[in-house]
Amino acid sequence: MPDISPLLTGHLPAATAAYWPGGYWGHWAFYTTALITFALLMVMGAIYIERRLLGRMQSRLGPNRTGPFGLLQPVADALKVLIKEDIIPQPADRLVHWLAPVVAFVPVVMIFAVVPFQKGALLADLNIGILYVVAVSSLTTVGIFMAGWGSSNKYSLLGAMRNVAAVVSYEIPLVLSILGVVLIAGSLSLNEIVLAQDIPFIFLQPMGFLLFFMAACAEINRSPFDLMEADSEIVAGFHTEYSGMKFAMFYLVEYAEAIAMSAIISVLFLGGWRGPLLPPWLWFVIKVFAVFGFMVWTRATFPRVRIDQLMAFAWKFLLPLSLINLFVTAIQVLTIPDAPWLVFIINTAVMILLVIIWSGLFKVGWGRVEV
Amino acid sequence: MTTREITLKTEPFVLNVGPLHPSTHGVYRMRTTLDGEVVLDIEPVFGYLHRGIEKLMEERTFTGIIPLTDRLDYISPMSNNLAYCLAVEKLCGIKVPERAEYLRVIMAELQRLANHCIAVGSFLNDAGAYFTPFMYTFREREKIVDLFEMVSGQRMTYNYMRIGGVSQDIPEEFLPALAKLLDQLERFVDEYDFLLKENEILIARAKGVGILPKEVAINCGISGPVARASGIRRDLRRDDPYSIYDRFEFDIPVGENGDSYDRYRVRVAEMRQSLRIIRQAMKDIPAGPVKAEVPQVVRPPAGEVYAHIEAPKGELGFYIVSDGSIAPYRCHVRPTSLINLTALRQMVRGWKVADLIVIFGSIDITMGEVDR
Amino acid sequence: MKFEHFGLGLLKGMTVTFRHIFRHPTVNQYPYQRLNVSRRIRGNELVWDKKRCTGCATCAKACPQGAIEIVTGANPVENRYEVRTYRVDTGYCIQCGLCVESCPYDAIFMGYAYERAKYRRRDLVQENDTLLESKERPKSGYFHPEVAAGLPAQTLLVEKIVERKD
Repeated sequence: MPDISPLLTGHLPAATAAYWPGGYWGHWAFYTTALITFALLMVMGAIYIERRLLGRMQSRLGPNRTGPFGLLQPVADALKVLIKEDIIPQPADRLVHWLAPVVAFVPVVMIFAVVPFQKGALLADLNIGILYVVAVSSLTTVGIFMAGWGSSNKYSLLGAMRNVAAVVSYEIPLVLSILGVVLIAGSLSLNEIVLAQDIPFIFLQPMGFLLFFMAACAEINRSPFDLMEADSEIVAGFHTEYSGMKFAMFYLVEYAEAIAMSAIISVLFLGGWRGPLLPPWLWFVIKVFAVFGFMVWTRATFPRVRIDQLMAFAWKFLLPLSLINLFVTAIQVLTIPDAPWLVFIINTAVMILLVIIWSGLFKVGWGRVEV
Repeated sequence: MTTREITLKTEPFVLNVGPLHPSTHGVYRMRTTLDGEVVLDIEPVFGYLHRGIEKLMEERTFTGIIPLTDRLDYISPMSNNLAYCLAVEKLCGIKVPERAEYLRVIMAELQRLANHCIAVGSFLNDAGAYFTPFMYTFREREKIVDLFEMVSGQRMTYNYMRIGGVSQDIPEEFLPALAKLLDQLERFVDEYDFLLKENEILIARAKGVGILPKEVAINCGISGPVARASGIRRDLRRDDPYSIYDRFEFDIPVGENGDSYDRYRVRVAEMRQSLRIIRQAMKDIPAGPVKAEVPQVVRPPAGEVYAHIEAPKGELGFYIVSDGSIAPYRCHVRPTSLINLTALRQMVRGWKVADLIVIFGSIDITMGEVDR
Repeated sequence: MKFEHFGLGLLKGMTVTFRHIFRHPTVNQYPYQRLNVSRRIRGNELVWDKKRCTGCATCAKACPQGAIEIVTGANPVENRYEVRTYRVDTGYCIQCGLCVESCPYDAIFMGYAYERAKYRRRDLVQENDTLLESKERPKSGYFHPEVAAGLPAQTLLVEKIVERKD
């Protein structure tokens, strides 16, 4: 059993496993347990925040009956879903149908392995951390496509196909907008990136943040890019045929993904655990929920885009802009590496200019097809 | 437009949208033939809500039919009541008292507001705005429904109008509440425009989508906001004034392109016009009786009559054949929704599944009226 | 289709949803908070006035659903004509209120109560003494302004909720 007192005081030892009581395995066991607990707790918090905030934005109250302020609503939901009947449609591919939620869920938890909660407090300080995140996060798509294929439902298949198309397209602007941050920080490790942020990178990379946020929303299917489970069009998308615990798994995946992406955004652009006064892990949680709250806000406001508009947006808007952003950042890193406020001014100006130019240039979608 | 040089062999498949689907506004079913996401063809299937209302009308007294008309277009029962009562009054030659006429106009216009609240809210919900505009518009509709409850005692099937007037006079707290409501609604329409009128995503989803050309609209017999969005300046309140609509000043908003966005804009503009009409009607509502001297059991002379009004969804007509007895020999409803629905196939072909839902939402139908 | 407003349309919409966080929510939590219904509410059950009823069956004729059944007969002991059975099948009733409007003797009223659901179908068929006014079954003011005057005023959403302070 590792000594957890440093965790409470906010001074964790370095991540290097050798320094830990119990050595490598003690470190591994502690962080694995802690991460899964953290992920589940954060998901419960996210569900609560989403429902309450959405309720208030829609002039409603949101859940307020279960426990004080409705705080136990996620628990009640989980209990309800646990005791529900698990229905497998008769023509479904049983193995794929059963395996899909697991395949979708595991990569999402794996993302948290490289997220630093404090200085050095992370499961694995990979030197290619951000690359690992990008690679692992897109694995969820396999599970979702399995769900869509395995349930042998046309709505599910449509949703799954949309998801694959979206993820494949949005990976590219996602990675390209990360590269700007990596150039400035000079490292792929998330821990190093946080340490490099004396000024949060949102100021140095305003356009990178914007592009990453939009691409991340599309990647994890948050509104306005929530095409794969567009409830008004294709009922519930890939999880139309899921019920009981398997549905709960997908629900969990959805929110865990959102939390993971919020965590990545706060690590890359908002300075991760860094902040005054409060303990670092609290700063981290606050930032994650702030980003998530912004996602809820967009969900409450925006209509949904269409699939061809989604693709056009990725290839015609996000991709060129992220390439230009990368180019501009590279030049800045070479020429003015020590003048962050100059970089901030230049980048903001570039962002506004480019958004205005591209707004006039690009055409969303193809419109009608002759049949 | 067609740049799809297909090298991959694709095969169309059939997707049943409905009868139980979140966006079919009732139990409507579309057998949709899809090529990937592209809608090749749709085949509407309806009748899931058929209750035989026209047949039931033949065995009820003329007054007893009024509750049935509530259940036709259950989103706007006041307009249905009005159309039916106008038809019977035309048949019997009953003169309606002044105050009743004014009350009818106020109720019909409030009903238009309530209906457009639902139409716009559910259209935007279909476009994917996660229930927010829906909640806002329902909140406003609730205020209107409160007033209907005050005068008629019910929140849904009002059954307020009677042959020769309205069932009972408004309570004294009605007009102050109405004035307050109008103020709030005006602000609400503005704020609501601020929410989504210029939203780029909504524009991308709705503008230029599902265009209904003027000629097609006329050939299909489309009426109401859908026709006006296509540029047909036809409004029965102006072209064939019934009740006392010739006394009021109002504009007829007309769209340019006939796309989903225009239909949405026309509805919002009509809400503003309805507010204008209600304000005028409120100002010079006279005192007096609210119901003409009509016998308990109405026996119209033998003959036939057709009366139509501009219901919120379009032209709503009642065709009544009477053989001089206490019940109509035959009663036919010209439903707005069913006839507006006939243009759906021509609007959606070639668009995506997502557009199918948006276009369908922009027509604004009620299944109670389609199936009857 | 282009981004006509450079994304400003999106931001405008977001301000509206943001402002709603600080406004009064529209909902009320029904079993705990109750609003007053309309004085003219056409509630669940009819209220019958035995003394005024003459058994003329105008209500039964006016009822579009045929839910009212009246049996009358002579009472030789007291030497008068009386209503033996007044039966309403509430399951058929559509609460249209036409019976109340048609009654020439003001002997029938709509109910003011609205939470009168039953567990058994047979409980819906009510007759004679179960139809009388009681504490659980007050009269509604529908078509009877004198009854309406004694009922509490309706809660209006227009007055309860102030949307925008300006």
